[in-house]
Amino acid sequence: MQSKSHYQIVISGVGGQGVLFITRLLAEAAIEKGLPVFTSETHGMAQRGGTVISHLKVGEFASPLISPGQADGLIALKAESLDQHGGYLKPGGWAAVNVPAPLTMPAAATPFYLDADRLAREMDNPRSVNLIMLGFTLSSAQRGGFGHGSLHCSLNDIEAVLENRLKGKTNRLQSSLRALKAGADSTTAT
Amino acid sequence: MNQAVKKELMMGNEAIARGLIENGCRIATAYPGTPASEILSSIAAYQKRFDIDMHTQWAVNEKVALEIAYAGCQTGLRTAVAMKQVGLNVASDPLMSAAYMGTAGGFVVISADDPGPHSSQTEQDSRMMAMMAKIPVLDPDSPHQAREMVGMAYTLSEAFKTPVMLRPTTRVCHSRQDVRPGEISPLTGKPDFKKDPSRWAATPKFRYQLHLELEEKLSRMAEYPATAPVLHNPQAKGRRAVVASGVAAAYTAEALNDLGLGDRLPFYQVLQPFPLHTAFIRRLLTDYDDVLIVEETTGVIEMQLADRSRIQGKLSGVVPRVGELLPEKIMSLLADFTGLEIDLPALTQAPGRRPTLCAGCPHRASFFAIKKAAPRGIYTSDIGCYTLGLNLKAVDTVLCMGAAISQAAGFYHAYRYEEKRPDIVATIGDSTFFHAGVPALVDAVNQNVRFVLVILDNRTTAMTGSQPTPATGKSATGQTLVKVDMETLVKGCGVKFLEVGDPYDTNGFIATVKAAVAFSRSEGPAVVIARHPCIIDLARQGKATDPIEVMVTGDCDGCGFCLQHFECPALIAVDDGQRTAVDPLACNGCGVCLDICPKGAIIKKA
Repeated sequence: MQSKSHYQIVISGVGGQGVLFITRLLAEAAIEKGLPVFTSETHGMAQRGGTVISHLKVGEFASPLISPGQADGLIALKAESLDQHGGYLKPGGWAAVNVPAPLTMPAAATPFYLDADRLAREMDNPRSVNLIMLGFTLSSAQRGGFGHGSLHCSLNDIEAVLENRLKGKTNRLQSSLRALKAGADSTTAT
Repeated sequence: MNQAVKKELMMGNEAIARGLIENGCRIATAYPGTPASEILSSIAAYQKRFDIDMHTQWAVNEKVALEIAYAGCQTGLRTAVAMKQVGLNVASDPLMSAAYMGTAGGFVVISADDPGPHSSQTEQDSRMMAMMAKIPVLDPDSPHQAREMVGMAYTLSEAFKTPVMLRPTTRVCHSRQDVRPGEISPLTGKPDFKKDPSRWAATPKFRYQLHLELEEKLSRMAEYPATAPVLHNPQAKGRRAVVASGVAAAYTAEALNDLGLGDRLPFYQVLQPFPLHTAFIRRLLTDYDDVLIVEETTGVIEMQLADRSRIQGKLSGVVPRVGELLPEKIMSLLADFTGLEIDLPALTQAPGRRPTLCAGCPHRASFFAIKKAAPRGIYTSDIGCYTLGLNLKAVDTVLCMGAAISQAAGFYHAYRYEEKRPDIVATIGDSTFFHAGVPALVDAVNQNVRFVLVILDNRTTAMTGSQPTPATGKSATGQTLVKVDMETLVKGCGVKFLEVGDPYDTNGFIATVKAAVAFSRSEGPAVVIARHPCIIDLARQGKATDPIEVMVTGDCDGCGFCLQHFECPALIAVDDGQRTAVDPLACNGCGVCLDICPKGAIIKKA
C-alpha cells in the first residue's frame, strides 16, 4: 500500500477540537480528485471533551477502519493521544504532533512537531488548532518529509475545499485560511 | 445509474436518508439517539433542498414515532421511522403488533446498533428484535450499501406486506464514503386508507389468523431471490467457507485480500440475516466441512442453523460475544480458521481522556447547586449529556430514558419505613422529560413521592446534536410549531411545588433547590426547572453572550476544591498542583466559577 492513491491516516484529539472537521476536508479533497474515500468518525458522548479519533482511507477499500500497524500517518491534535494511537502507524510512517517540545515516539515513525496551541493563542483563535495542524501536515508533506509517496492532496486543494464549504461566510473563511497558512508556514521543532 | 452524477461524500446516515428520498418516502419520523440521529436531519435537509411534499418530524419518543409512520403506511404511502437500538425497546410494543397486521404501503424501521458500545447503554442486536417480531431485517456493510438497501427494503416490504427493518451499525452510520446519488423518483399515489377491521383492529381471534399469515410470509421471505446471500468469489473452491454480514463483511473482504485468501476461501455475504434463506442453510451444511460466521453483535445467522456441529461463530465460542468485531480481530479469526500464522501489531492499552461537561455548561452549575442543597442525597439521573454529572459525583444511577423519576420513587419507597430518610434528587433533561419522564412524574405525584426533580432545561436535545424538543416550537425543517409549555405540563401532573431558576445565578439557584428539598422532606414531590440554554447550541446559532474573563489570584492555595467539585475543563492544576489556573483556550466565560472558590481567589479580569 505504498502508492499515492492508497493512503491511510489516523487523526486524533479530544472532543471540541475539530477532528471531524479536518477529516472531512481531507475526504472532500479526495472526492474532488475522483479518488475513492472512506472515513470513520467518533460521535456521541466522547464529543464532550473525551478522546476522539477519525480514520481516513483513500483508495480502493471496503471498510472504514484502519488496523493497527497499517496507517501511513497520524495527525495528533493532543500529544497525549500518541500513546493511545501511535500503534496504528506502520514502520516508516509519519506523525504530526501538536506539542510544545519534541518527545519520544512510541512507534518507529518520522515525527513532525509543532506547538499549535501557542500559535492559536497568538492568533487569538483558540479553536483553530485543527486547521493549524492540517496546514502544518500538508506543508511538511510537500517539503518531501513523508518519505514514500505523498498525501492525496495539497495545501491548495484544501484551500479550495474550504472556500467551497464556507462560501458566503467570509469571516470564518478568512480566519480558517489564516490558521491553515500559519501551520503551513511553520517547520518542525527539533 | 446515471454515471454523470458526481459522487458525494456521504455519511452512512445521509446515505440512508438519500435512499429514503430517492424511493418516495412520504412520512419520516425519528427520535434522536447516537448513532442514528443524522438520518432524520439529513431527510429534512433533502426535503428542503428538493422541495418535497412529505412529513418529516422529530417525535416525542420512539414509540410515538413508529406509530405515526406506521399509520402512514396503512394509507398506502411509503414511510419510515429511525432510532437507535435502545429506542427500539421503547417502540417494541407497536412493532410487535404491526408485524402481525402487516402494511399497505412500504414501511421501513431503521434501528441503528452500537457494538462497542460507543455511546449506548447496551450492545443489543436489533436483528434479535426483528426475529422476535418476525419481520425481515437487512444488514448493510457501508454507506453505499445502506442507500441501496433502502430501495430493497421497500420492495421487500411491499412484496410481503410487512414492516422491514434496516439495521446499520455505528461504523456504517458514522463512516463517510464517496456515494453516487441516484435519481429521486417523483411522488406518486395518494393516501387511501382502506378500512379492514379484521386486520387493522384485529381482536385475538383474528390475531391467530394473522399469525398464521405471518409464518407463511416468513417462509416465503426465506426464498426471496433479491435478498439472498451473495457469494463474492465463485472462483474459490474448497470445503471451508466464511459467512459475514454488516460491516463485518467489509472487514472480511479486506482481510481476505490482505491475507491472500480471496481465491481460496469462499466468502458469502448475508444481506438479510433474518429470515435466513432456506437454500443457503442447506448449501452451507452440504457443501462445506467448516464454516466461520462473523456478525455483530449476536449470532443471529448462526442460531438459524439447526446443525451447528461444523459452525464456528459466537455460539460456538470462537468469535467474541462482547464488543465490536474490529478488522484486526476478523483478520486473526480468518488466519486461525485457515491455519495461517500471522503477526498482528496491537495497540497499547493507554487510557483515553474521559468525556466531561463542556466548559460553561449550565448542567455543571446545576449539579454544583444540587450537591450544596442536598449534600448526602441519593442522586438518580438519566440519559443525556448530564449523565456526565458522574464526574461531579452528582449522579448515582443511570438506567434508561425517564428512569430518573421512577427510580427516585423506588428509592423513596425502599427507605420510607426508615427513621432517617435520605434526600432524593432526580435530574432529567428537557427532551428526556418529554420522552418518558411525564408518566413517571404522574405516578410520583399520585404516590406522593418525597423527592426533588430538577429538570435540566437547556432548551434542546444536546447530546445528539441539538435537535428541537416539543418546547422549542420548531420542526425538523425549521417550520414553526406549537410550543408545549413545560411549566403547564408539570403543574398538570399535579405537582404543588414548582420553581424555575437560572443555574448561572449560582447562589440564587442553590437557594431555590434548598427550598425544594425542604418541601420534599415534609410535603411531597417538588420540581425545579433549571433553565439555561446549551452553550454549544447558542454558539451554533451565533447567540453566544459576551464571555466574562476570569483569572485566579494569588489567594489560591491549591486546595483543589474547584477541581474536585466543579470539574470545569478550563480550570487546571499548575505548578505541581500548588495552584489552579484558567486555561484560556478552554474557557467559555460563563463566570459561574466566580462563586465557587471558597477562598474567593477566582475573580473577574479587570
